[in-house]
Amino acid sequence: MTTFEKIQEIIVDQLDKDENEVQRSTNFREELEADSLDLFQIINDIEDEFDIKIESEEGLSTVEDLVTYVEKQIETN
Amino acid sequence: MMDTTSVQVLSTGKYVPKTVVTNDDLTKWMDTSDEWIKQRTGIEQRYISDGENTSDLCIKAAEDTLKGQDLDPGSIGLIIVATVTPDTNSPSVANKVQSAIKATNAMAFDLSAACSGFIYALSVAEKMLRHMPYDHALIIGGEVLSKTIDWSDRKTAVLFGDGAGGVLLKKAHDSNRLYAEDMHSDGNRGDALTIGAQDVNNPLVEQQEENKGYLKMDGRSVFNFVTRTIPSSIESVVSEANLSMEDVDYILLHQANARIIEIVAKKVSVPLSKFPMNIQQYGNTSAASLPILLDDYVKNGQLVLGSKQKIVLSAFDGGLTWGTILIEL
Repeated sequence: MTTFEKIQEIIVDQLDKDENEVQRSTNFREELEADSLDLFQIINDIEDEFDIKIESEEGLSTVEDLVTYVEKQIETN
Repeated sequence: MMDTTSVQVLSTGKYVPKTVVTNDDLTKWMDTSDEWIKQRTGIEQRYISDGENTSDLCIKAAEDTLKGQDLDPGSIGLIIVATVTPDTNSPSVANKVQSAIKATNAMAFDLSAACSGFIYALSVAEKMLRHMPYDHALIIGGEVLSKTIDWSDRKTAVLFGDGAGGVLLKKAHDSNRLYAEDMHSDGNRGDALTIGAQDVNNPLVEQQEENKGYLKMDGRSVFNFVTRTIPSSIESVVSEANLSMEDVDYILLHQANARIIEIVAKKVSVPLSKFPMNIQQYGNTSAASLPILLDDYVKNGQLVLGSKQKIVLSAFDGGLTWGTILIEL
């Protein structure tokens, strides 16, 4: 599974969406109507899944933003 | 010799101020909306004091708890009021309750553990009552949180309400009665939620601008703490009691946010229908939240005192503090 696929799976599960609704360019606040608590939960699940820390949710708007952030974290670890 | 003494809940009670403040009412004081608050928190209204202080609420909750009990107040050996919003540091709110209900033999004191205060008080009372010459303890959780709210901060102001609830405990000589607990504190993460401040103010100190000590909360830290800690705390008491989740009749969670309750339910794989909820009516009332919930569900008949229903009570928040107790009703 790629980083994107794992993140996609987490978002699909948390927001109860179909896989085709969650693409790299998808903005989770605007297109998936995720609010701050949804985002906290998605970030928690990503932290647990990849064993990384996401200090702030600022600047994370799209699925691609998450994928890039996670891959960078994994690299520095 | 094995200690076969345990405690049982004899009665419950509550009192809330008469003034209801709806989400729509809040839109007159700050930029928010009913839909925004409901979607993120489940809260529809809260009760806010129009002048009654914490002891006024606690005394009325105590009277409601004792109503119909035909109890000699002299048999109450312990009164604990869990609160972070006392009228005065001394006398304690518990002293004022003691005076009002004429429990002249009671040792009375306040306990400060924020939203976990009631659970902490229950844990303390369970241990103290075993060693006291009296049969009864009165445990109250009461707050006028509206005193500590910055009413210009819409992130926190919409969440909280005022109220008080209580339980009367009785020492029971019943070796089969279940009791399990999981109690914790973590002061390292205390800054995530702070309420109140009393700076040093004496002739040796240059006077600074007054710190009003408004309630402050780092939402993500608190959310992370709760959703990561409480599910395992619930699982640990159930396993300590040698039960499985299916054996538990209800799980009463501190009413901080309906969404958090849904997440915890999902994590412990227990249907949401086993999680009583009244946050829509009261908001987050801190230490009063669990005893009010308990009383509401005793009054509506879903919880029956003396029925041996197995319930889990769990609370969390400022301190950080958290605790979970499994009891039989």
